[in-house]
Amino acid sequence: MALDELLDTSKIGWINSTGPDSDIVITSRVRLARNLKDVPFPHLLNRLQAKEVIEMVYKAFLSNAVLSKDARLYYMEDLSETEKNLLVEMHFISPDLARDDRGAVIISSDRRISVMINEEDHLRIQCIFSGLDPQGAYDLASRVDDVLEEQLDFAFDEQLGYLTACPTNVGTGIRVSVMMHLPVLTMLKQVDRMFSTMAQLGLVVRGLYGEGTESWGNLYQISNQITLGKSEEDIIQNLLSVAGQIIASERQARRNLNGEERLRLEDRILRSYGILTNSRLLSTQEAMRYISDVRLGVDLGIIKNLKPEELNNLFITAGPSYIQEVFKKTMTPLERDLNRANLLRQKLLR
Amino acid sequence: MRCDECKKRQATVHITKIVNGEKTLLHLCEQCAKEKSIFDVSFEFEGEPFSMQKFLAGFFEPIMREFHEKSQPLSCEGCGLTFPRFSQIGRFGCSRCYEAFKGQLDPMLRRLHGKTYHVGKVPRKRGGRMRIKSEIERLKRELQEAVNAEEYERAAVLRDKIKELEQKLGRD
Repeated sequence: MALDELLDTSKIGWINSTGPDSDIVITSRVRLARNLKDVPFPHLLNRLQAKEVIEMVYKAFLSNAVLSKDARLYYMEDLSETEKNLLVEMHFISPDLARDDRGAVIISSDRRISVMINEEDHLRIQCIFSGLDPQGAYDLASRVDDVLEEQLDFAFDEQLGYLTACPTNVGTGIRVSVMMHLPVLTMLKQVDRMFSTMAQLGLVVRGLYGEGTESWGNLYQISNQITLGKSEEDIIQNLLSVAGQIIASERQARRNLNGEERLRLEDRILRSYGILTNSRLLSTQEAMRYISDVRLGVDLGIIKNLKPEELNNLFITAGPSYIQEVFKKTMTPLERDLNRANLLRQKLLR
Repeated sequence: MRCDECKKRQATVHITKIVNGEKTLLHLCEQCAKEKSIFDVSFEFEGEPFSMQKFLAGFFEPIMREFHEKSQPLSCEGCGLTFPRFSQIGRFGCSRCYEAFKGQLDPMLRRLHGKTYHVGKVPRKRGGRMRIKSEIERLKRELQEAVNAEEYERAAVLRDKIKELEQKLGRD
């Protein structure tokens, strides 16, 4: 199974384009949970049944020649641990899908669509767009949903909407997330306070790689929690308005920095650039911190020879599995840190 | 991410402990997490890694207790899942479970979502009626908002639209 083509980050839309508000919002992601009528949910399926579900969904996806052009199907059982982790780091699949080998994922050629099969639900249709554009991501996900629905019978109830394995997703089955880069609000210790009010708005904050993970590189994922009793449009609008306020606060906080504070920040940014371009060993977490600083430096006009897209690329490069896939081998943590430092230096100094 | 304890296996259990405002982070693999006794205090660990489902199961417990007092274990004809089992794993077995556990579902949905009915996308296959119904629901809510905001012109337009759709629904 050739995963090599996925390593080519130049083909990943969200990394290389700059959507709305991309100085703060890295990506917008929408996923729709769908299940097949009269088929037990994935956790009750045996291998054979699970495979049947994968084949049915893949066949339905292929029915649309445009969407499925050059799309790939990857079976989890065919992938190594590192390969699966890489897909998680690149946000094509969730950690849950990677943990069980009865699942699969379809990835479109432009890498904007990924359809996870046999995760918690039979289908998780996911679209990732650059910048703050959840509506764009939803429109595409909904189109994929329409295509699949023509071929498959989805479990749907007039009162409860789309039926999902976990009642937390029932109704629209939608999860809208925006990944935001909030270095200055983090520095000023304002994020915790801001996020504590999120729950009241029906939103949750997650770490970089999803549920239960830490926020690295000052990246935060904000997503809706409520899926029932609100339309997709309302859910997106709600998230957009909250995201808008956070973006405004981060920008304001960046503008407000002056005098000594600004000088200290500039110093930190340029030191981080120095470390990234000179060190011999870098762990993922450490690298993420410096990349975040450099990205801020680019956004503030302090570092001029780099583009924001290149920094998106570095966030992926710094991940724990990317290095091992590039060199096609399992490495000790020391080897990884060494190769990571080398690769990041090469990419920055080009 | 590697486990903080053994530094070998993949960390799959991530814990943020906040004690008196002091935040500590722990990333552990399943095995080391089991060996670490701190978990016995924070939540039940029965040999399984912490999962969202288990977390949710705890959330359903009050509903479960109430349920135990009332009746015998109910089960789904579609997949055989019983309600007590559902409350353990936090996931249904098939789409028919929603019908089977209908009585228990409403209070749970109200706690999770604040609502018990769907508004939004309807599969095209479900035909016109269902789509019109959900469109009416949506417009009604919009009408309420318009009235609350004292936007009476918009409210009038919405009211006419609702009427039109309701007539259409009656005709079919």
